[in-house]
Amino acid sequence: MALVLTEEQSMLRDSARGLISDKAPVSHLRHLRDSKDPTGFSKELWQSFAEMGFAGLLVPEEFGGSGLGFMEAGVLMEEIGRTLMPSPFLATSVVAASALNRGGSAAQKSEYLPKIANGSLLATLAIDEGAKHRPLQTSLQAVRAGNGFKLSGAKALVVDGHVADLLIVAARTAGAAGERDGLTLFLVNPKAKGVAIERTIMVDAHNAARIELANVEVTADSVLGEVDQAASLLDGVLDIGRGAVAAEMVGLSDEVFGRTVEYLKSRKQFGKLIGEFQALQHRAAELYVDIEITRAATMKALQALDADVAKAASAVAVAKARAGTTATRAVQEGVQMHGGMGMTDQFDIGFFMKRARVCEELFGDANYHTEQLALARGY
Amino acid sequence: MTDSQTSDSETAELETFRVETRAWLEANCPPEMRKPATSDADVFWGGRNAKFSSEPQRIWFERMRDKGWTVPDWPKEYGGGGLSAAEHKVLRAEMAKMGARPPLSSFGIWMLGPALLKYGNEAQKKEHLPKIAAGEIRWCQGYSEPNAGSDLASLQTRAESDGDDFLITGSKIWTSYANYADWIFCLVRTDPAAKKHDGISFILFDMASKGVTTKPILLISGYSPFCETFFDGVRVPKSHVVGTVNRGWDVAKYLLQHERAMISGMGERGVGRPLGQIAADSVGSDALGRLDDAMLRGQIATFDVDEAALAACAERAVDLAKAGQAHPAFSSAMKYYGTELNKRRYEILMSAGGVDALEWESERSKQGARPRAWLRTKANSIEGGTSEVMLGIVAKRILDLPGA
Repeated sequence: MALVLTEEQSMLRDSARGLISDKAPVSHLRHLRDSKDPTGFSKELWQSFAEMGFAGLLVPEEFGGSGLGFMEAGVLMEEIGRTLMPSPFLATSVVAASALNRGGSAAQKSEYLPKIANGSLLATLAIDEGAKHRPLQTSLQAVRAGNGFKLSGAKALVVDGHVADLLIVAARTAGAAGERDGLTLFLVNPKAKGVAIERTIMVDAHNAARIELANVEVTADSVLGEVDQAASLLDGVLDIGRGAVAAEMVGLSDEVFGRTVEYLKSRKQFGKLIGEFQALQHRAAELYVDIEITRAATMKALQALDADVAKAASAVAVAKARAGTTATRAVQEGVQMHGGMGMTDQFDIGFFMKRARVCEELFGDANYHTEQLALARGY
Repeated sequence: MTDSQTSDSETAELETFRVETRAWLEANCPPEMRKPATSDADVFWGGRNAKFSSEPQRIWFERMRDKGWTVPDWPKEYGGGGLSAAEHKVLRAEMAKMGARPPLSSFGIWMLGPALLKYGNEAQKKEHLPKIAAGEIRWCQGYSEPNAGSDLASLQTRAESDGDDFLITGSKIWTSYANYADWIFCLVRTDPAAKKHDGISFILFDMASKGVTTKPILLISGYSPFCETFFDGVRVPKSHVVGTVNRGWDVAKYLLQHERAMISGMGERGVGRPLGQIAADSVGSDALGRLDDAMLRGQIATFDVDEAALAACAERAVDLAKAGQAHPAFSSAMKYYGTELNKRRYEILMSAGGVDALEWESERSKQGARPRAWLRTKANSIEGGTSEVMLGIVAKRILDLPGA
């Protein structure tokens, strides 16, 4: 499979770019932030996403979706990254839809997937508990109670947590924190008794929440996949999320870079365009190379996921690690090369820096994924 | 017929090609040739005076040559395999999977051939390409001069008109393996009055010609892969100019793209043992199998991430070229990153080897193979255009930043 977009994928990119740049430029995020919008994204725009088949992009056609693959999801994420558009696409359409599609029973799939595809249901995965992404450290307890379970514990950085209609909660049904065995995924109604959700306003002005569960009762039907055996399902779902976030970071990096290069071509100091200075030219060129290499690594990871999710781990680790270091570099150079303007809230560059920082933490940072590659290679 | 039908039948044909290729390679690649060359002497370069270092090397070369697979994507009429870009990619992938090494290393294949295919006339193609493909003639590159390094276009070696011939006088430096080469492709100044880029011609001649001398240069690695090359009134027919007289810079730049692509490939080592395992030989591992040097382990893992990402980018560069979407200066970006990465690789290898990587002459150290290779990599970011020149090209030609 060639590492270039097919004609259909290019068309998808163009239509996504048209919609997103028109309806959700960076000023859209700025408005949501400044107006303290209670939803944190535009419901109207989400409905457009559903009508264009984006909300159900990964949902199989039999459940009303578009039945497309991870490359296509990456194409959309890259465009979302360009304007920092707040959207349920990542949490609902990529991560939750993949969890349900890969781990769900026939009944679960037919209940939830069509609603994701038509835009009427928002869902999210609640995984992280500590300051850093450590899925195997999950310690939220699920104890058997009658025919079902009782869940107690806390989750952090739950994307869209305060607006979600369905929570997919990673819990420990056996074993100790750090062990692969004993993890179980539960479908939890956020309105159930004992669920407390606190929206956390984050540095990037995108949606996130802390969730506490206190003896929340769920039925046995709420288990997604198999009891105690969620680790490999989670591996795949998280890798899908990682590939998508890497694509968002490529879009973000590329956009920051494009804006920075334009600035180098228009800002004059010492009687000439600052882009004439070799000190800046070489740094810009290095950043260009970094972004292109990361773009290729990300496409490789998305292709690997399309080929076989279970065999994509190393390619995904490479992509997410590279996306982290590249985006970090891109936003720092962006601010630095914009000089004092880059430090102002009035200028958009800072929004990219803030979003990059959150993307870096989402589903594991560069250090985490570099470590995963070392472990996979046996040293 | 719809697009998807076309691609389905193409996919099926490629799959057949893959299966057949794998079977052929399995049957024909000797086991000894399924690992990387261990030294330069272990690499077959061809040429009038070529000798095989082993029987498997000879068998492998001859079988691949007979299929045209020393140059798989060149047209069959010039000794190539006539493979499409997609088939060539399959062949490379299958060879990489097996660890099969290239049967023939040659500046003719990597550099001159592509330039001749684009700029050469029919007589030049018929004369030179089949001999390159068959490993009969070994070529060297006459580009740099003592006063024309990064500023290559300021070169001064002159070619003066004398009837149907040019008389070439001057000197070249960093001419790789000039002392072993049969022919040279050379940049000469044919119009001293023109602006520096406009008076250069690209010309081919026999290194056995009267007036050619070479002198190897001893490098910090203790090896002499490069030479000084002197020309004293060397007589060369004008018909040996490739492309148009005084338009040699176009040919030179085109060839440099291929040279840069070749050098950037030095940073990609898909086969062979992972760096982390090589390091474990000398550094040791803890009870969990992790390298007993946490900082070195981190450096290696970061290197591995970057190496895998670069490999994806190299693959994408080929795909972009095939799709007609490649930027012509992209090879400069790859050359910059690939060579810097290869230098990093060898810094890590030296650090991992510690004291063991310092021996220069012993049998135990294979005559200092590692430190010599380490020192050799320092040239990667200089030869074929320095890293700084590459970044300048990216800044100007790809990013379109202002200034000369």
